[in-house]
Amino acid sequence: MAELNSTGRVVGIDLGTTNSLVAYMEGNAPVVIPGVDGSNLVPSVVALDPIPEGGGRPTVTVGNSARKSLIQTPERVIYSVKRLMGRGLEEIQSELKMFPFRLADDVEAGEVPRIQLGELKFTPPEISAYILRQLKRNAERFFGAPVTQAVITVPAYFNDAQRQATKDAGRMAGLEVLRLVNEPTAAALAYGLDRAKEGTIAVYDFGGGTFDISILKLRDGIFEVQSTNGDTHLGGDDIDNLLLAIALDEIHAEHGVDLRGHPGAVQALRRAAIEAKIALSSEQAAHFDIELPNGDRYQREIPRGVFELLIEPILERTAGPCKRALADAGLTPEQIDEVVLVGGSTRIPAVRQLVDDLFHLAARGKKPHTELNPDEVVALGAAVQADILAGASKSTEEMLLLDVTPLSLGIEALGGAVARIIQRNSTIPASATEHFTTGVDGQTNVAIHVVQGERELAADCRSLARFDLKGIPPMSAGLPRIEVKFLIDADGILKVTAREQRSGQAAKIEVKPTYGLTDEQVESMILDSFDHAEEDFAKRLLIEARNEAETILAAVERAPLSPAWQQLTQDEKAAIAAASGHLAALKQTEDAPAIRAATLVLDQATRRFAELMMEAAVSTAIRGKTMSDAGDELDEAVTAPHAMAPAEFK
Amino acid sequence: MLKVLDTAVPVACWSCSIGHNDVTLFCPHCSKIQPPPGGDYFSVFGLKPHLQLDLPALEAEFHRLSRKLHPDRFARALDNEKQWSLADTALLNDAYRTLKDPLRRTEYLLKLLGAEIGPGHDGKEDKTARTPADLLEEVFELNMQLEEMRMARRMGEEDPALQAALSEAKAKFTGLLEAVDWDLRSEWKLWDEGDEPARLAVQKRMVALLDRRRYLSNLVRDVTETLGS
Repeated sequence: MAELNSTGRVVGIDLGTTNSLVAYMEGNAPVVIPGVDGSNLVPSVVALDPIPEGGGRPTVTVGNSARKSLIQTPERVIYSVKRLMGRGLEEIQSELKMFPFRLADDVEAGEVPRIQLGELKFTPPEISAYILRQLKRNAERFFGAPVTQAVITVPAYFNDAQRQATKDAGRMAGLEVLRLVNEPTAAALAYGLDRAKEGTIAVYDFGGGTFDISILKLRDGIFEVQSTNGDTHLGGDDIDNLLLAIALDEIHAEHGVDLRGHPGAVQALRRAAIEAKIALSSEQAAHFDIELPNGDRYQREIPRGVFELLIEPILERTAGPCKRALADAGLTPEQIDEVVLVGGSTRIPAVRQLVDDLFHLAARGKKPHTELNPDEVVALGAAVQADILAGASKSTEEMLLLDVTPLSLGIEALGGAVARIIQRNSTIPASATEHFTTGVDGQTNVAIHVVQGERELAADCRSLARFDLKGIPPMSAGLPRIEVKFLIDADGILKVTAREQRSGQAAKIEVKPTYGLTDEQVESMILDSFDHAEEDFAKRLLIEARNEAETILAAVERAPLSPAWQQLTQDEKAAIAAASGHLAALKQTEDAPAIRAATLVLDQATRRFAELMMEAAVSTAIRGKTMSDAGDELDEAVTAPHAMAPAEFK
Repeated sequence: MLKVLDTAVPVACWSCSIGHNDVTLFCPHCSKIQPPPGGDYFSVFGLKPHLQLDLPALEAEFHRLSRKLHPDRFARALDNEKQWSLADTALLNDAYRTLKDPLRRTEYLLKLLGAEIGPGHDGKEDKTARTPADLLEEVFELNMQLEEMRMARRMGEEDPALQAALSEAKAKFTGLLEAVDWDLRSEWKLWDEGDEPARLAVQKRMVALLDRRRYLSNLVRDVTETLGS
């Protein structure tokens, strides 16, 4: 199984605010892998089951089953956790005003905030890890094999801390994250796969919690991002919250009931608001009809016109980023050949109208692309990128994605101004080299503050990291020459290295991220590392047993095509048929030892057949060829003995 | 970063051990990726330093090299190959970003040749640019107008006459900016085709033109911001 780590499947994961999906490349086309319930979408909802009787750690559930707990036990459920990823305490506090969950009481400044869920506390990456683990399990169930490598998508406008938090979540879920891909770019990959497109496209990605716009140039299979912009605080959630707030106010005013203290009732109302929003994409009006705790009914009709007026300020916030992205790419709306719509919120007719206005589409006889399901297109693109990285497929070998960093990288200069060292929209990987020196004789440390953002003052930008260049040899002030190399990698994550040039010493640096988990913390949060180890092992055994069963069953199926088959007696054939029927039936059960036993029985039953085939191979060898040459020449039917060799149970 | 390659020291390929010149991204013998070479940005594209670049050819070469070097091509390679793919691609991207832009390219070449030029088109603020002598009077007046305009804005007043004067100034300075760009282009040709003494003179003039350009572009930006706010 070890070799699977380097040759196994790489899956593509869309870790969304509202829903998450996992997809893979089946031949030439990306396909979404359904969950046990048959649904392609796994709601990004995580719930903590009640503590089992007799104590112990409660089970965590994910997806549709977790969503069911939203109304009964809202204090044990968390959703939209993507909005909290990589954020500091203050930002989370302001974000949480819109949501029913709360921070743990003992959160300290400077550490990654934890969210209280029932009696336990989790950091946002841990919650995301549970979602990722569910997707990983869905894929493993689908393939009947372990999945250890993935491409995960992130909003293009995610900063360094948000990207790092996503990678941490992957590691906690037992996934090696081969690449973080920007969501709009992934969508472009999914659209660009089936046709050799040339030209300039804009991807307008309005999802559950984030908005992105990316402008790409397509040429000879190269997808070169020109510019990207967005808002990581803007999505369908905001529309839901707006409708919810209006309903709560009206209920308070008209019925004298303040539901804000009743999380279960708020969740029921939120669900009604979401249903109304969805209905208004196809209907001219939607209805609220909710029974209140005092027995009253809150009934309300929302015509589409009113809804559109209400949400206009939210939608208008997507216009600014689109204009800035065009300006940064040096393009006019007329120079955009195609517009691709991504994300569930682009189903809203008013959003489509806005896009049409922004890019002058109707006037040019064009329509935005919506052929691929906007909920699935990002996951499909992630699968395409996974296939590119796996590097073994004809359909993607000519494709290459060149993405950019969404935000400028700078260092705080004297007086608090920002000296920009890598401009936004630079193709990544990108690097910059800066030189630093000391201000005092004998100084051995230099402190550096790295920020990300477009504002002039460091205090207004996002603080990424502070670090000390240590171990500078004592010299007169201004004499040391420390070269610091900043490198933004292909995931959009910063790496820093430093070297003192006069003494040739590599200055020691400890980069302390302003937000985020340390390596040790991530390590300690790896799911299942300890308490679920047994369950994991059992599952792995089952997967392996099923794989072996499948291999031998496939070989038996091909056996009648071989000349050696005719040499078997009727009894031998009957014994093989019985043993393979038994194994085929058992294979679907969870009973790994029974599957293995049945595999051994079938192996025994086919032993003489294997020997007969081996003789045929040897007689080929006698005609002057080595065994291995002979093996190379054998056609598929004759390779059967290899598959039927005794199964190795390690 | 701006080290000019002066010696081609042969280094042994990490994979096949055969020595090769160190300005190569791939071993000429076994084709394996190599650590970032020591040359300048031009050499990444196999070019000698020059200023009149064939941009479509540069882009085609950028794409060709990206296909070979990008970390996506090394997702399952050895750890050292992954590291070099990352470093080499960063170098390629930095080089392409610098060379495709006419101003960055000119500044880069001048810095490569040891010229001291102010921080400019890499986004760093330049507070020290001196006013060109021929513009002193106009700039003085413009700054007065800008201050008046900001005052008026703060008081919530509109001053159409001032607005018109500023728009006119903006057009004038934008025109001057274009003239500088035109002059720079003719200097490129002189540099590319000139001999050593001729080049030295061109370099001096280009440094002065870049200073003037930076000053003008800051001015135009100030006017645009004040008019637009």
